[in-house]
Amino acid sequence: MLRGALALYVHYAKVSIRSQLQYRASVVMGTVGVCMITATEFIAVWALFDRFRQLRGWTLPEIALFYGMISISWALCDTVGRGFDSFGAMVKTGGFDRVLLRPRSTVFQLLAQDLVVRRIGRLVQGGAVLGYAIAAGAIDWTPGRVALLAGAIACGICAFLGLLICQATSTFWTVEGLEVWNAFTHGGLLMSQYPVSIYRSWFRGVFTYAIPLACVNYFPGLAILGRPDPLGTPPVLGWVAPLAGPAFLVVSLQLWRIGVRHYRSTGN
Amino acid sequence: MPQIVVEGLVKTFTVPERAPGLWGAVRGIARRRVRTVRALDGVSFAIERGELVGYIGPNGAGKSTTVKVLAGILVPDGGRCEVAGRVPWKQRIAHVGDIGVVFGHRTQLWWDLPVVESFDLLRDIYRVPADRYARARDAMIALLDLEPLLDVPVRQLSLGQRMRCDLAAALLHAPAILFLDEPTIGLDAVSKLAVRDFVKQLNREHGVTVILTTHDMDDIEALCTRVVVIASGKILSDGGLAELRAQVTRERWLTVDLVDPDAALDEPGATVIKRDGHRACLAFDPQVVAPAELIRRVTSRHAISDLFVENPPIETIVARLYAAHGGPV
Amino acid sequence: MARALQPYAAVVGVRFRMLLQYRAAALAGLWTQLVFGMVLIMIYEGFYRSSTADVQPMAFPQVASYVWLGQALLAMLPWNIDRELHAMVRSGAVAYELCRPVDLYGLWYARAVAHRTAPTVLRAVPMVMFATVVLPLVGLDEWRLEPPVSLAAGAGFALALGCALALACAISTLVNITMLWTIQNDGVLIIVTSVVSLLSGLLVPLPLLPDWAQPVVRWLPFAGVLDLPYRIYNGHIAPDGLPLVLARQLGWTLALVALGRWWLGRGMRRLVVQGG
Repeated sequence: MLRGALALYVHYAKVSIRSQLQYRASVVMGTVGVCMITATEFIAVWALFDRFRQLRGWTLPEIALFYGMISISWALCDTVGRGFDSFGAMVKTGGFDRVLLRPRSTVFQLLAQDLVVRRIGRLVQGGAVLGYAIAAGAIDWTPGRVALLAGAIACGICAFLGLLICQATSTFWTVEGLEVWNAFTHGGLLMSQYPVSIYRSWFRGVFTYAIPLACVNYFPGLAILGRPDPLGTPPVLGWVAPLAGPAFLVVSLQLWRIGVRHYRSTGN
Repeated sequence: MPQIVVEGLVKTFTVPERAPGLWGAVRGIARRRVRTVRALDGVSFAIERGELVGYIGPNGAGKSTTVKVLAGILVPDGGRCEVAGRVPWKQRIAHVGDIGVVFGHRTQLWWDLPVVESFDLLRDIYRVPADRYARARDAMIALLDLEPLLDVPVRQLSLGQRMRCDLAAALLHAPAILFLDEPTIGLDAVSKLAVRDFVKQLNREHGVTVILTTHDMDDIEALCTRVVVIASGKILSDGGLAELRAQVTRERWLTVDLVDPDAALDEPGATVIKRDGHRACLAFDPQVVAPAELIRRVTSRHAISDLFVENPPIETIVARLYAAHGGPV
Repeated sequence: MARALQPYAAVVGVRFRMLLQYRAAALAGLWTQLVFGMVLIMIYEGFYRSSTADVQPMAFPQVASYVWLGQALLAMLPWNIDRELHAMVRSGAVAYELCRPVDLYGLWYARAVAHRTAPTVLRAVPMVMFATVVLPLVGLDEWRLEPPVSLAAGAGFALALGCALALACAISTLVNITMLWTIQNDGVLIIVTSVVSLLSGLLVPLPLLPDWAQPVVRWLPFAGVLDLPYRIYNGHIAPDGLPLVLARQLGWTLALVALGRWWLGRGMRRLVVQGG
């Protein structure tokens, strides 16, 4: 059954990509454009380091690790998460009824329906920034650390996906206040580009215990850099904390179920 | 054992209200008002396998609410519902795999894709085995004349073409039950006939149960042996067309084309309900005045170039039924 | 005079009413920007706390004010296309604009003004209140938006802000005019977004950019949209620097308006010749 689902996902992906490639120029320009805009954002970070030299003991290559990791996680989530990101529009036009009329899980359909090619632009930028972090020699690589890097990025995708699903779930109750979530998705992204030790403790708390972006980025980042935490947490946390990402996703899927139940009982 | 059983369905909605104007908008920031609507108020009926049922009612009557409950999209507040032995909203995935739904207003096909690619994607979504799919697809292409449309992106199709493709798409997985919601809306005459012929054939030859919601009474007359009328959440009538007529009125209409357009028409037992140039229409009760008698009287007193006797159009019947119930919503 | 302004005033009024309808969206957007503002200030706080004895071109409290002004006045930035105009150009209906008894550039410019003033006022007021009143109340005094350093600075800021609006609308109208050449103007929009966000001072206060970049950014038009007026406010530019600031802003505004008018004329002629 899982193989059937995978085959269907690949089919959806092919369809989505082919559909976008019909407007080839727009896709290329869009991808390059996202790349440019995200590159400009990192130029700002570079400029600040050029002037201040260091950020509470953190150097630019170290920042680049955190920045690159979270950018890649967000880029991949953003690429596959369009169905949830634009779910408000779907609910408004009644398109969700058609999703309910198909003999597949709603989550699967929404994840599969749109693969936004141009968001790969941010993937390129994140990869380049991460590449810079690696090339600058800040990291002592071991197989464990490589695995942790891959794992942390994957858990980061889970965390962001969980956020998008929570955002989409809220549209079952009101289509209007959606931008609230931008504080957590885009705000969370901005925040995670730097090690959370630089932030105030109450702020750190929100993004560690409520929305675990620090868990999928900061703690594994520390372990990869081989650096002790200025906040004094035990090193093993770096290997365990990323699991908070998938856990958050599981919780958000439960909330989604509640939302669908609500939709089916109150209609459109 | 009926295929579809609905008993005492109840569904209530709360609808928010907005005050108009700039001041209303500012006030709306503080307070919200709501209104409760009883969309379904004890709806009951049963449908056997292979029936072709028309489901009609004024706007807001509860038609689409009923269809949504039957499709498993909406959960009712009370009552019982079983479709092919399943409770639709409790076993959603199994249930929707066995039904087809076509909305006249929205296509289920992918906008930018050639039609045949939408079909292929649906095959995978519904897990239709390759050989069964090929047979179903080829049958639909032949029946609905889709061959020239297969490689055309859906956004380039005319409304009639899109509707034919949507019909095919809904049947690729060979469902036992088909829900049609306004399938002929906005279609030209030729397309309407094509859709009606197809639905009739589907029902008569392949035994697909069809539930048709529509405002187009020609669809009803052409297709349905049974009509269910709903208004304000209650079933007003459930039975054949003839019974529906009889329930509302025994009236027949005699339409004559007078040679002299100004001739005065005054017949006891008949009322002139329309006059337009040469044409006049008289309504009469056949149990008070026999049709043959009325015709004899009119033709003996006036020079007539043409005449015919008919039942009042189903629109009129239904409109009177709604009005008797308390006016359309 | 009032009658002449009526169509322009009507456009602004419609925009206000539309925005009031979406109260939840407004509050949500406000919330998001407050969070963004706080994150940015914490980041700068981090940089400044680790800074050595070197004196930075701008003091931290000035940066805090700069950041809050940037968030409060975000809607002024000239990086959106006018969606309704886009639809009009796409459908060819823009040709009908030529039939109207108003100056076409003036109408487009007025739309740009409407699209900037209405959301800015609605967003800036609560943000400024939060940044000046709420922050000190919750003990985050060091993050607050300080009032202008002097009355002269405040008055100067008001003037410079007005000119910044004029300049931003001139840039924005230019962006909209490019639609007459290419309806898929994603490319233009992308370049404008990245250029504006960096060179106006939104991403990083301009004085904090490398020294070699300073002469360049100071003379580009984008500095006049954000950086220059904000530095009048926080005292980084002394009040006697005001005339130069206004001159830069107005100079660029006039140049871009002239360019826009000429370009729009060419664009409309091209459109009519091509049949829309």
